[in-house]
Amino acid sequence: MCAASNPVAGRDGLAVLDAEEIRRALTRIAHEILERTHGGDGVILLGIPTRGVPLARRLAARIGEFEGLDVPCGSLDVTMHRDDLRLHPARALGRTDLPPGGVDGKTVVLVDDVLYSGRTVRAGLDALNDLGRPRAVQLAVLVDRGHRELPIRADYVGKNLPTSQREVVHVLLTEVDGQDSVMIGEGRRP
Amino acid sequence: MKRHLISAADLTRGDALLILDTAEELAHLADRPIKKLPTLRGRTVVNLFYEDSTRTRISFEAAAKRLSADVINFSAKGSSVGKGESLKDTALTLEAMGADAVVIRHGASGAAHRLAGWVRGSVLNAGDGTHEHPTQALLDAFTIRRRLMARRASTAGARGTGLDGLRVTIVGDVLHSRVARSNVLLLSTLGAEVTLAAPPTLLPLAVGSWPCAVSYDLDSELPKSDVVMMLRVQQERMTAAYFPSVREYSRRYGLDAARMARLPGHAIVMHPGPMNRGVEIAAEVADSVRSTIVEQVANGVTTRMAVLYLLLGGTEFPATGVAQ
Repeated sequence: MCAASNPVAGRDGLAVLDAEEIRRALTRIAHEILERTHGGDGVILLGIPTRGVPLARRLAARIGEFEGLDVPCGSLDVTMHRDDLRLHPARALGRTDLPPGGVDGKTVVLVDDVLYSGRTVRAGLDALNDLGRPRAVQLAVLVDRGHRELPIRADYVGKNLPTSQREVVHVLLTEVDGQDSVMIGEGRRP
Repeated sequence: MKRHLISAADLTRGDALLILDTAEELAHLADRPIKKLPTLRGRTVVNLFYEDSTRTRISFEAAAKRLSADVINFSAKGSSVGKGESLKDTALTLEAMGADAVVIRHGASGAAHRLAGWVRGSVLNAGDGTHEHPTQALLDAFTIRRRLMARRASTAGARGTGLDGLRVTIVGDVLHSRVARSNVLLLSTLGAEVTLAAPPTLLPLAVGSWPCAVSYDLDSELPKSDVVMMLRVQQERMTAAYFPSVREYSRRYGLDAARMARLPGHAIVMHPGPMNRGVEIAAEVADSVRSTIVEQVANGVTTRMAVLYLLLGGTEFPATGVAQ
């Protein structure tokens, strides 16, 4: 109903993706991962907490449906590697949970909800470096909102969402927030 | 969280759970090929030790190094303290060297609190006289939670849970024990029911105001304890005769195999170390599967990493130079 071309105003701003569109975007990303990795051999999916983790699980389930392939899936907490730690009070850590077998020699697909400055992904690459030596690292995001501050790009994008830096993008997922949608709202006035 | 960690009483239930949950995540680091995180790069931690210590100093040093902090070790032996330098002057020297955190062990109760008023960085109390040893209490709580609460919790691990309903009996020289005081405060904050079992001469006068029960009879407490924590008999702090003989103390308050057999099947035996084998704990108890003594040492590094991260990892506190 609330398609991107016809946004509806909600409590948290405008809905730009609804549950159905999120489902279709993830289906497409799952197919692209299979295509780009020649059938998903040696692929592991690592979600970045909080919302990257359920997204990684959904992608793994999709790939399982399409190819009958059991793709290992885990989480990678990047908090201790962030470059903005000293700008905030110390934050609680998320969970790092590697599938058995680790990351050595694997094609690791990092999964996150929103790609913005690219700093989270940089921290993710550093964190991954301490865990082993993957054969390759790729990046899948549900929303790419632009405004990169580092030379980082996504390999798989659910939706490119041109935004202004004043706006905020909220990704809501059933596992965490009780519903699926992507909202865009006005941030704090500069 | 406050800026310093002087007393276990400074920690709210929320603070304590945040430390334990952070430690739970950091515990996985030990299984990784690279046991190091870049988080405290460029920060300096000073270990200021006026009393002998093996595990606490090494534990703090390992914790700070695993977080990439620079560590300066200072022990009173072989330093200018021998020439009569006061704690305050030593503190100002460290201040001038730019310490972001000072870990202090001192024979005088209240030394950590005084130090907190003199230096700009965070002060972590690693034992002050007979007063407190908060990181020991945190690592004990962490060990108890991992052993006894993880299997009760429905989801993976014990994240977010306290120690509600657990019965902890702390046995022995409570009077001279900073470990006992910190544990009583922290474990009761986390919801455990704490009982002190000791001869009347080894209990402090003010024990009535502590959030715990008191018993003079160890044998009646054992069958209902989930955790038994044995304390070292601190001969070096004893200025009078507190019990007739070591042998008699050991008979009534020592944990031997016969006493251990009266504990419930799941119960664990803890000791903060160093142990006097044959006095407060028998060798076969210390080496049994119920004993968590070696685990406590490993958990000490993890817990202290969590404390250092939470105190030093975020924004610097405004430099007021005043305690808390």
